[in-house]
Amino acid sequence: MLSRYTQAAVLKAKLVISLEERGMAAKAKKAKGDSSPKGKKSVVSAQLELAPQGAPSKEGGSAAWMGLVPAGQSGVNTTRPRRAASMVAVAAETVAREDPVAVPVPELTPPGPAAKAPKRRATAEQMAQKQREISISEFFTKNRHLLGFDNPSKALLTTIKEAVDNSLDACEEAGILPEIAVEVRDLAWEASRDGDLTKGEGRFVVMVEDNGPGIVKAQVPKIFGKLLYGSKFHRLKQSRGQQGIGISAAAMYGQLTTGSPIRVTSRTGKSKPAHSFDIQIDTRKNNPVVTRDDELAEWHQEHGTRVELEIVASWQQGQRFVNRYVEHTALANPHTTLHYRRPRQEVLTFPRATVELPKEALEIKPHPHGVELGALMLMARESKSHDVKGFLRSAFSRVSPAVADEILAKAALKGRVRPRGLGEDRGLAEKLHKAIGETRIMAPPTNCLSPIGDELMKRGLISFLNVIETEGPEEEAQLDLDHAGKKKATKKEKQARAEAPAVPDAPPEEGVEKIKGHNYFIATVTRPPKVYRGNPFQVEVGLAYGGSWPADKPIELFRFANRVPLLFQRSACGVTEAIVKTDWRNYLLSQPKGSLPVGPMALLVHIASVWVPFTSESKEAVAHYPEIIREIQLAAQECGRRLASHIRKRQHAEYQEQRRGIFELYIEEVAQAIGKITGKSPLPIKREFLRVAEKVTEADLEEQDKKLEEASDKLTQRPRRSEEEAE
Amino acid sequence: MARRDAVDKQTIQKIEKLAESVLRSVKGGGNPFVEIPVRSLANVEFNTRKRLIELKDQKQKRYFFNVGMAKKFMQTFLVSDACRELIESKKTTSIRDLYYMTKHTLGETKQNTFEEQEESDPIIEDLEVAIDSLREELHLFATGRGSLVGPMTIRDSGDTIDLRRMGSGGWSVPSIVEEHVIEIKKHEAKYVLLLEKDAVWKRFNEDKFWQREKCIIVTGQGQPPRGVRRLVQRLHSELGLPVYVLVDNDPWGFYIYSVLKQGSINLAYESMRMAVPKARFIGLSSFDKAKFKLPSNVAIKMNEQDTSRARQMLAYPWFKDARWQREIEEMVRSGEKYELEALSRRGISFITEEYLPRKLKERDWLE
Repeated sequence: MLSRYTQAAVLKAKLVISLEERGMAAKAKKAKGDSSPKGKKSVVSAQLELAPQGAPSKEGGSAAWMGLVPAGQSGVNTTRPRRAASMVAVAAETVAREDPVAVPVPELTPPGPAAKAPKRRATAEQMAQKQREISISEFFTKNRHLLGFDNPSKALLTTIKEAVDNSLDACEEAGILPEIAVEVRDLAWEASRDGDLTKGEGRFVVMVEDNGPGIVKAQVPKIFGKLLYGSKFHRLKQSRGQQGIGISAAAMYGQLTTGSPIRVTSRTGKSKPAHSFDIQIDTRKNNPVVTRDDELAEWHQEHGTRVELEIVASWQQGQRFVNRYVEHTALANPHTTLHYRRPRQEVLTFPRATVELPKEALEIKPHPHGVELGALMLMARESKSHDVKGFLRSAFSRVSPAVADEILAKAALKGRVRPRGLGEDRGLAEKLHKAIGETRIMAPPTNCLSPIGDELMKRGLISFLNVIETEGPEEEAQLDLDHAGKKKATKKEKQARAEAPAVPDAPPEEGVEKIKGHNYFIATVTRPPKVYRGNPFQVEVGLAYGGSWPADKPIELFRFANRVPLLFQRSACGVTEAIVKTDWRNYLLSQPKGSLPVGPMALLVHIASVWVPFTSESKEAVAHYPEIIREIQLAAQECGRRLASHIRKRQHAEYQEQRRGIFELYIEEVAQAIGKITGKSPLPIKREFLRVAEKVTEADLEEQDKKLEEASDKLTQRPRRSEEEAE
Repeated sequence: MARRDAVDKQTIQKIEKLAESVLRSVKGGGNPFVEIPVRSLANVEFNTRKRLIELKDQKQKRYFFNVGMAKKFMQTFLVSDACRELIESKKTTSIRDLYYMTKHTLGETKQNTFEEQEESDPIIEDLEVAIDSLREELHLFATGRGSLVGPMTIRDSGDTIDLRRMGSGGWSVPSIVEEHVIEIKKHEAKYVLLLEKDAVWKRFNEDKFWQREKCIIVTGQGQPPRGVRRLVQRLHSELGLPVYVLVDNDPWGFYIYSVLKQGSINLAYESMRMAVPKARFIGLSSFDKAKFKLPSNVAIKMNEQDTSRARQMLAYPWFKDARWQREIEEMVRSGEKYELEALSRRGISFITEEYLPRKLKERDWLE
């Protein structure tokens, strides 16, 4: 599924083309010296043509554009023409910011002082001849990194992620409790059946099967064999799908690297047969090619979909990512049962922790405050309403007749302006856009959000902890994949973990769960929905503390956006920033300056939104919107408070035990000694002492507690200490 | 013997009293404690009238029901009980022995009552001050050190000893020299001479200085131990004998003299019974080198530590006297120190035949 960003880019490109057609054609023609339709195409294609991969686009872009610039124009940027060009510039700017290797700024007809021009190498006509249209598929072929296929390890992960995301979304939409099987097979190892798994790159088969509603036969080829199909772009609804390019990209990757087609088997109901397809992609035309189409007499599921493809991947390097992904996904989707089969290992099953499906996220219309000018114009153009008022009411949420009137009044649009007119006249659109911004509109509805929920998060955490306790996490604490330092748990650490004191039969107190013999304190918080830039979002935080985790390592941080794990770019993520900014020392954890706190703790942070803002095309890190960061902090603080109270209680209890122990020992000695000195029997003396012990300890403990509180208060009031001190 | 018994009885009573007060506290539901005078610099002062270093009034309460103090409280009573046992069995023992006597494991744990002797020694001191009993009265002895000869007869634990007939080695001064152990029978001594070093003492013994001069010569072999100081104090106070101190001409020697003179911070609670405020410093003075024509090549250069210590001494209240200031300033100025043996430059027995007699005759001493 194409990301919104790239879709937006494409959209804007389209927009420019239309403008070109209208007002700028004349100028463009002059510049190009060519009035054929080819000229138009050349604009499009030039826009889409990219610099060679890896090279910064700017230079490549301007080089490409030389041809369109009238003679006498130097290579230096001059003032751009107002209207279309600046608009495109705005669009391009936005695109360029979000997408480093994006569409370059199209320089149309810049007037301005002509400096001394260098010698021309080619005319616009000559260059135009080389330009041709490029299909979307071809575009993406050269930009795999945009889609998550940078390297064989990541490719493995992305493939699995796309398939699993689809499965989950489909099951949820259909109201089915998901049961998903993920399998990775090492072909080379299977062939040889000896010794070790493939080291480094090799051919692997990825298989994902679900018990979802199945896919209608006619749709299968398009979904798997055509990029940008099934786009949820226009639907403002919380879904995982926003975050991937789609399974078709994985199919294309597989095809590119191994030549094999993607194999899809699907069945929509008991009464229907299962169909099995082999699908390839015609990258030129972006169309599916079905090379095999069978109807199966029997299939083991009543409904569901099975996807199988062969790709070049690296299990050795990539397994960590996939493992993490599977763990995370199980954690954030407690209603799902996941079976995970890996080369040369037993199936690992994460059983579901609940039989409740998550609340259905409803689709909503965009909120007027969240819409940018360009998008507004596009929506206006496509509107079927007769007038602007109707357009406003039908296209947006929260626009009542009164609100629409207010907006129109502020915009002071003359006469009977039709929506189509808005779409074409930038000045009008701007007026309307400004008016919208100045009008108070109710916050967007939040029934489009589906958070995990307090109770489910807790159950999910417990279930998750149960599994990883058994399994024993392979990787050491933090998996900063960007640095890709393989931190395998050393033998010593594993041993330490195994020997970590198992709490005996003390009854677990409130909030504490006993998992595999260890006590974990669990707190979960779901914040109320909020809005940023017109988009509803909701933050949830779950905290698990204790168990057998080491107390001197930084905490584990699980990040999720719309229930999809964010596995990379931890340091660039807004979620991380929010956690780092929270002062965990208030909650009795130590925290070096500017870092995650240190302690035996795991944090789960989930952002549910109709549109989660990411820092880049790769969608691995959440953008640093203050509203979002604040919400995360608030939730984290709430969890922290509960944790602090739990820790204090524990300390109190430990302290009490310790004191009792000491006194009992010493009382014995003192009673004996005094008995001998005074010539009295020690037993009654001991009894007297014990009596006082009970009484005195209580009062003393209260005092000690007060001191503890004071000490921690002092800590919070003190300004940030240096890292050295904190150590 | 009777005297000894009386003291013993008194000491035991003190211990019992301590235990009883704790019992009373506990019965009343209170947190029992032992009151111990604080033995730190802050709680010590130089009593100018008595010319002694004394403990002031600060006391510390050592509670039982306090996680930080409980162990020490317990240890205090273990030691008390052990001492009581010692006294009742009429035996004495060393403080190391006491440590072993009282060390055992606590209940079922791996913890011990005392882990090392360094833990038990301070507790003994605590007990001493808390019940105001000398260590010796608790029947604890330190290592005996020191030699003494002179025209005196004593009775030591029932044995009569003629200190005129101690040969070349002298009588080894025991660590407990209390009246119930050491009885002074008869003497003809005119004064007591305390020598810092054993070698110098041997010189004086060999030359039979004590016979000629009719004095008691004693050495502590460096900083005199409790036994020697206590004995010197007894000779001074009971027999009225003046005490002369002969030490090296260096900061350490001066320190030895000053400890004998007014006590030490550590044993401030003992000053009354260990210090001799009227002890006279007879040598080696910084002016002696000129007087007795000691060449400078027998001098030793003072190092930084020496100089700074000498400067420190200038500030001591008991050296405030003008003559002392002159004395110490001379040492600092010259930057040199002299050992007593340097006098041998003028002759092997120069010290016994000329130096000391002359100094005594000319009354050339400091007080």
